[in-house]
Amino acid sequence: MAEASTQDLKQTPLYASHVAAGGRIVPFGGYALPVQYATGIMTEHKWTREHAGLFDVSHMGPSFLELNAPSGDPAADHAALSAIIEPLICGDIAALKPGQIRYSLLLNETGGTLDDLMIARSPLADGGLYIVVNAGTKEADFAQIAKAAGDKAALRRADEDHALLALQGPEAVNVIAALVSGAADLGFMTYGAFAWSGSTLLVSRSGYTGEDGFEILVKAAEAQNLWDTLIADPRVKPIGLGARDSLRLEAGLPLYGHDLDETISPIEADLGFAVSKRRREAADFPGAQRILTERDGNLARKRVGLLVEGAPAREGAEILDASGAVVGTVTSGGFAPSLGKAIALGFVPPALTTPGTKLQVSVRGRAQPAEVVQTPFVPHRYFRKSI
Amino acid sequence: MTTKFTPDHEYIRVEGSTGIVGITPYAQEQLGDIVFVELPAVGKALKKGEEAAVVESVKAASEIYAPVTGTIVEVNGMLTNEPGLVNTDPENAGWMFKIEIADTSEIDTLLDADGYAELTL
Repeated sequence: MAEASTQDLKQTPLYASHVAAGGRIVPFGGYALPVQYATGIMTEHKWTREHAGLFDVSHMGPSFLELNAPSGDPAADHAALSAIIEPLICGDIAALKPGQIRYSLLLNETGGTLDDLMIARSPLADGGLYIVVNAGTKEADFAQIAKAAGDKAALRRADEDHALLALQGPEAVNVIAALVSGAADLGFMTYGAFAWSGSTLLVSRSGYTGEDGFEILVKAAEAQNLWDTLIADPRVKPIGLGARDSLRLEAGLPLYGHDLDETISPIEADLGFAVSKRRREAADFPGAQRILTERDGNLARKRVGLLVEGAPAREGAEILDASGAVVGTVTSGGFAPSLGKAIALGFVPPALTTPGTKLQVSVRGRAQPAEVVQTPFVPHRYFRKSI
Repeated sequence: MTTKFTPDHEYIRVEGSTGIVGITPYAQEQLGDIVFVELPAVGKALKKGEEAAVVESVKAASEIYAPVTGTIVEVNGMLTNEPGLVNTDPENAGWMFKIEIADTSEIDTLLDADGYAELTL
């Protein structure tokens, strides 16, 4: 249990707060971040499901894609930006309404996944695209997007001079309402700009826990003040990366580099919803031939959720069929605090993906029962606006 | 009755030729919430340093090693349903297994309380 070295790691603007709050600092995506605070992962996880958890996700890659010479016509300018980003992804960005966010996938030519990311259309008429990518892939993603932009647009990174906070849980909406008026009216997967303490916050109604919640982009100089203000609310506690992982696993959300990688297609990853209809019909995205063939049912493996009996099956554990033959691999696995059981995500042949299918997982050389179940393991509680 | 420690954070409480083994308060603190404990089979012979048990926290699995060579004579079955005892009471209710010590002179090679305390400063 040697302490991992935290030298040569980047620190977020909130590093001192994490240390002061008893955070156990670990390396993650090149950053020194808290895996947990003093109370531990289980307590943090449950607090987020019941109240509101505050996460420092400043290691991620927020950025803005902006036209170098906007025409001033919002529709034409959005179409021009969409034309830059869409050839890299499988989502319909052109159809986004102002302020709308879409989850999408950056693909390679063989239909494998280079990253999963959020792309949003600015709520402002003269705004660009707000793009948030993963920490471990951000340098490559930013280089690829900047190359695609050529001299038409510029990609402005916001990861080095900003902090990104996530406020998640059923009480997040009441906390945000007390912070900035109007943010509580945001619909799920939309964002807006809100004045706060002489600064501007970009607040998105989105997250990675399965709960209602918000993600807040704040200038680095204001980050400490915002963190302290939110933490002062008795409904809010700081939550580390450990609970972030157990929360997203229960929510059935894939983690890039584990449940998604350069070989895994959106269909294999059970993310077919991210292949937008217009793009599907035009077959104009990287790896379209493979992805559309797989969508018709011709695929070798598919991501499933497993309810595991006994010890947690971790990443890399073999999945076996009832007879003991190896049929796949666990890509994420652990203990689900909300269920009091072990759960896992993994890939198996499509014939074995029906919920109720009895499989096994090999943990330390022993086969344990595992049953295919529908994901999310814990129901999502996203905010759905009544129309 | 003597209690000795390993650099891997196991303790062994020696009672005659039997040792009661668990992990130290420092170790449980480092591991965090323990959600599963895999115990050895009674009767299993282990050499000093061999894997004897596994504790699983929410995030990761950690091996527990035999502090001395010997044979497992009893395991703490309470941990099957209440693995959290390792967190709440690691030195008493959270013990893991009892081992019949093959060579009691091995005990002298382990750390005493002061030596272990220095490790975890």
